[in-house]
Parts: sequence; C-alpha cells; structure tokens
Amino acid sequence: MEFLSYLISGISLGSVYAIIALGYTMVYGIAKMLNFAHGDVIMVGGYISFCAVSYLGLPGWLSVLLAMAVCTVLGVVIEGLAYRPLRQATSLAVLITAIGVSYFLQNAALLIWGASPKGYTPVVSGQLPLFGGRLTISYVTLLTVGACIVIMIALTLFTGKTKMGKAMRACSENKAAAQLMGINVNRTISLTFAIGSALAAVAGVLLCSFSTSLMPTTGSMPGIKAFTAAVFGGIGSIPGAFLGGILLGIIESLAKAYISTQLANAILFAVLIVVLLVKPSGLLGKYVPEKV
Amino acid sequence: MKKNMGRLGRLKKTTKVDFATYLGVTAAFIVVSMLRDQGVLTRSLTGMLVPICCYIVMAVSLNLTVGILGELSLGHAGFMSVGAFTGVITAMSLQSAIPFAPVRLAVAMIVGALFAGVAGLIVGVPVLRLRGDYLAIVTLAFGEIIKELINCLLVGYDAKGLHIAFNISGSLTIDDLNMAEGGIAIIKGAQGATGTTTIASFGAGFVLIMLSLVIILNLVRSRSGRAIMALRDNRIAAESVGINITKYKLMAFITSAALAGAAGALYGLNYSNLAASKFDFNTSILVLVYVVLGGLGNIWGSIIAAAVLYILPEALREFSDYRMLVYAIVLILVMLATNNPTIKGLFARLREKLTRGRKAEAKGGGR
Repeated sequence: MEFLSYLISGISLGSVYAIIALGYTMVYGIAKMLNFAHGDVIMVGGYISFCAVSYLGLPGWLSVLLAMAVCTVLGVVIEGLAYRPLRQATSLAVLITAIGVSYFLQNAALLIWGASPKGYTPVVSGQLPLFGGRLTISYVTLLTVGACIVIMIALTLFTGKTKMGKAMRACSENKAAAQLMGINVNRTISLTFAIGSALAAVAGVLLCSFSTSLMPTTGSMPGIKAFTAAVFGGIGSIPGAFLGGILLGIIESLAKAYISTQLANAILFAVLIVVLLVKPSGLLGKYVPEKV
Repeated sequence: MKKNMGRLGRLKKTTKVDFATYLGVTAAFIVVSMLRDQGVLTRSLTGMLVPICCYIVMAVSLNLTVGILGELSLGHAGFMSVGAFTGVITAMSLQSAIPFAPVRLAVAMIVGALFAGVAGLIVGVPVLRLRGDYLAIVTLAFGEIIKELINCLLVGYDAKGLHIAFNISGSLTIDDLNMAEGGIAIIKGAQGATGTTTIASFGAGFVLIMLSLVIILNLVRSRSGRAIMALRDNRIAAESVGINITKYKLMAFITSAALAGAAGALYGLNYSNLAASKFDFNTSILVLVYVVLGGLGNIWGSIIAAAVLYILPEALREFSDYRMLVYAIVLILVMLATNNPTIKGLFARLREKLTRGRKAEAKGGGR
C-alpha cells in the first residue's frame, strides 16, 4: 500500500512534468530552440493565479484561465521581441537570448513579488479515500493526471487533424519548403509559443498546488527536469514527452522514498544518461538516418 | 629595429594574435597589481581578482569545447566543482607535509585538474557519441549529479589519513567519521567545505591563466587542433579523410575539463566556506554566456568577456535591486544587436576598410 501511494504521487508529479514537457517539445520541434525561459513562464503563471485568488478574490478555476491568458500573451510577446529577430542566427545565440529572458522574468518577479515564498492555496482541496481509507488520493492529483491526459489527447488531435496542426508539422520538417507552400511560418511559430505558454500556466498552477509555495525560482528546476523528460521520451514527440514526464516523476518519487532523498535528482539524471546512451534519440524519438 | 619589424610583419596573423593575447594578459596583470598595491582598487574589487582569474580560465576552457570543438556543454561548472573540492581536500590534508603555501596551492591545482580530467574522461567516452542538444543535456545532468554527490560527501583528516563517508541516508554527521583527536573536518555534506585555509592569490591566478592560454593556443594551432576544428566544421568530411573522431573529441573535452578543474581548485582555496550548490546549472550558464559574448573560438574575446561581465553586476550596483534586471536586458540587447544583419554588415564593411587601409600602408612602408 505504501508503494502504491508513492507510485501515485510519482504519477501526479510526473503529470506536471509531462505538461511542461509537452510545451517544451512543441517549441523545440518547431523553432528548434531550447527555450530556457519556459520554466519561468510556469512561475509567472503560478504568481498570476496566486494574485487572482488572494488579491482579487476570484475562484480557483477563473484564476487558472486568467493565468493561461496572461502567459499566452507573455509567450507570444517574448517570441516576437526576443526570438523572432534571431531566426537566422546560430542556435547558441538563441540559447543565450533565452537565458537572458529567463533572468529577466526571474528578476522581474523578484522585484514585483519579493524573494520570500508565498503560500499558495491549492485550486481544489480534499482527498478521495480508497480501500476503506488505507490509501488516499488528493483531488489535486486526480485533476493533474486528468488534465495531463486531456491535454495530451487534445494536442495529438490538434497536430494530427487540424489545418494549423498540419502547418506546424510542416514547419518542423522544413521551414523554407513550408513557406513556399503558403504557410505563414512566423504566425505558426507564434501559435506554438502561445500553446506552449498556456500549458506552462496550467503546469504552474498545478505545480504550486502540490508544493503550496511560490518563489521567483520556483520554475527553474521543474523546467530543467521537464526538459530532460522531453529528451528522455524523444524530443519533438508528443506521446514521448508524456511518457518521459510520467516516468521521470515515478523515478523521482520512488528514489526519494526507497533510496535517498538527497540523491533523488542524481538518480533521475543518471537514469536519463543511461537511456540516452542506449537509445540516443530518446524512448519514442524518431531515428533520423544521416545523409552524406 | 627595422629588421625586427619586418620579421614581426612576416609572422602569421594567428601567431600575432596569440602574442598580443599573452602580452595583454601580462600587461593587465601588472597594471592591476600596481593599482592594488597603491590602494586604488576598492575592497570589493580586490576581493574579485581571484574569482575573475578563475572565471577567465573557465571561459577559455569552455571555449575549447564549445567554440573550437563545437559541442555544447551545459555542465562545465561540474568539472569546476570536482576540481574545487578535490583541491580543497588536497590542500587541507597536505598542510603539515607542505608548509609553503604556493607549492601546496600548485599541488592542489594539479590534483584538481587530474580529477576533473578523469571526470571528463568518464563523461566524455560514452557521451561524445551523442550529438548536439543531447550532449548538452547529458553534460547538464552530469553537473547536477556531481552537485548532489558532493552534497552527500563527508571528508575529514587526522593523523591516520583521510576519512571519507558517503551520507546517503542523510543522517550521518561529521562525528560519524570517528576521527582521532585533532582531526579536522574538510567537507561537511551540504554545508560544503568549511574552515578552509585560503591560500589562493592573484599571482597564482595569473600563472594559471597564462598556463591555460599556452596549453589551449598551442593545442589549437597544432595538427591536433586543426583536426578538432575540422570535426567542428564538417564531421563527415573530417571522418572521411581519416581523422579519428573519438580521439580528438576526447582530447579537447578532457583538456577543457582539466583546466576547469584547476580553476575550480584555485576558486575553492579562495574562500573559507564553499558549498557545492555554488557550482550549479546557473554557473555553467554564466560561463557559457561569457564564451558566446566573447565570440565562439575567440580566446581573447573570452578573457575580456569574462572579466567585464564578472564586474558588470558589481558596477551596476547603483541600480541596486534593478541590477540583475538591467543585466538581463543588456544580455538580450547585445545578442539581438550582434545578430542583427544591418549592424553585422556595418561592422564587416568597417573591418574591410580598416584592413584595406592597413594593407596599403604596409605596401607603402615596405618600399
């Protein structure tokens, strides 16, 4: 029973990672850039929701929508101001700019909300007792897992069935050719950032509901872990990001419970390295043969 | 004199740049030492001299991996960490064996470099098979693993030698090492190294910079260096003319790691307290920013970028709370400006004009 409860907490943590990783993987798949500011968009989402609940007195579900709206705008603005002018630049230049944006968001949050952690009230409270109360699952966990599955299915359908989704896939394969076919590449990339940032806002709210505290650096470590989750599952692949996130969450939770709390992250990253060595393209990544 | 000038003129352009780099670093060292002795430098600036030297070596060595080998590494601080803590352990346990501090510092730096080099080998052998962003992730993961491992490390030293324990359960303390009377605690888990005798000096920092410049510049201008750059420019073509990919990649990666280790040892011995969390992902990123802003593959660029950007947050102190925000904005604007096609074109034309003018002058002077 103990094992089961660790497993469940791992799955719910993993679902948060998976939601973040989905945003990462979409942006990477299309813009081919490591968006290190993604983790900080999560933090902004958390703060917006926090402010909406504690200062404006809005209900939890409305605060999530507000956070999504703000983060979507933020994502599109960041892309337009900082990344779009660098479309032709080297990937390292874009990476450094993304780091600059990340510093900017963290320090702006530090100025606005201060360094001390804010107490975050979870959007839903309460627990569901199972097996006569021997195992309890909090509603936040159920919500997280549900949201993650819904988001993954919606994204798969969106990229697979709709016209915009098709445009996204075209852009990720070959931008120049996509443009020749009449696809507005800039608008497609903006849309990707919008979706990714909205997902980050959802992830931010869920993450803060678990940890119940909020700081300007809240987003950076989950951001890095979600990124490794995306690589773990095969970057650019939507089911891969889902699988990678869930697995990472489970590994982290079990390592914390059974091996060592202090070494949990080390174990997590060690597993990642082993997987990449055995299967360099990630669990579900496509193997792209090299043309000479 | 004229004959000498002629000989200088006939030197290769790269050789001239290298000499200018050595000369510039030496001149800067002499000027800064004089300023410090005159008491012109502020206290905080004097305290920053050794860390600046360390970060210059970090930037130069990372430039070897990122700029010259062309592989993105996000875990350079991990090697610095390995060097720092092995260096501190070495220096602290040799306190009675080598009473003369500079020699002890040198030994500590060599040991730090060796251990970091071995870490580089362990990471490099499997990882250099991966390409591009995957390598970045694995180096990032490596940096985090090192940080957590050192957070669990307990090391003490007494008459019987080193006592090392690994605090996996999180319940051990330094007393569990069962040290004899008079033993000293060197590394205390998450607290890191405490009570270190600080023996690092600006002079040692200068020597380390010069040494790493000699090593890296000679490597880059050698046959091996050309092979490494060929790998960066076109891996497939390089492989097809018989360049051993693994060998040259490892050569660059391990050299880079070892130099970072030496820099780490110097850094570690500059502070009496040092926690492993100092060498986290953000530190790796900081060094990467120096390298990219200084110019990929441009060694003197890394030196200047590291020195200027290390001082910049300090110089922005008058903005107080806003300084990191200003730093972030400066960083973004510099990246946007240096990659703007219009500004790039302007610089290219300017450079062309300058070189043309200089060539004409050289021709005129020769006759």
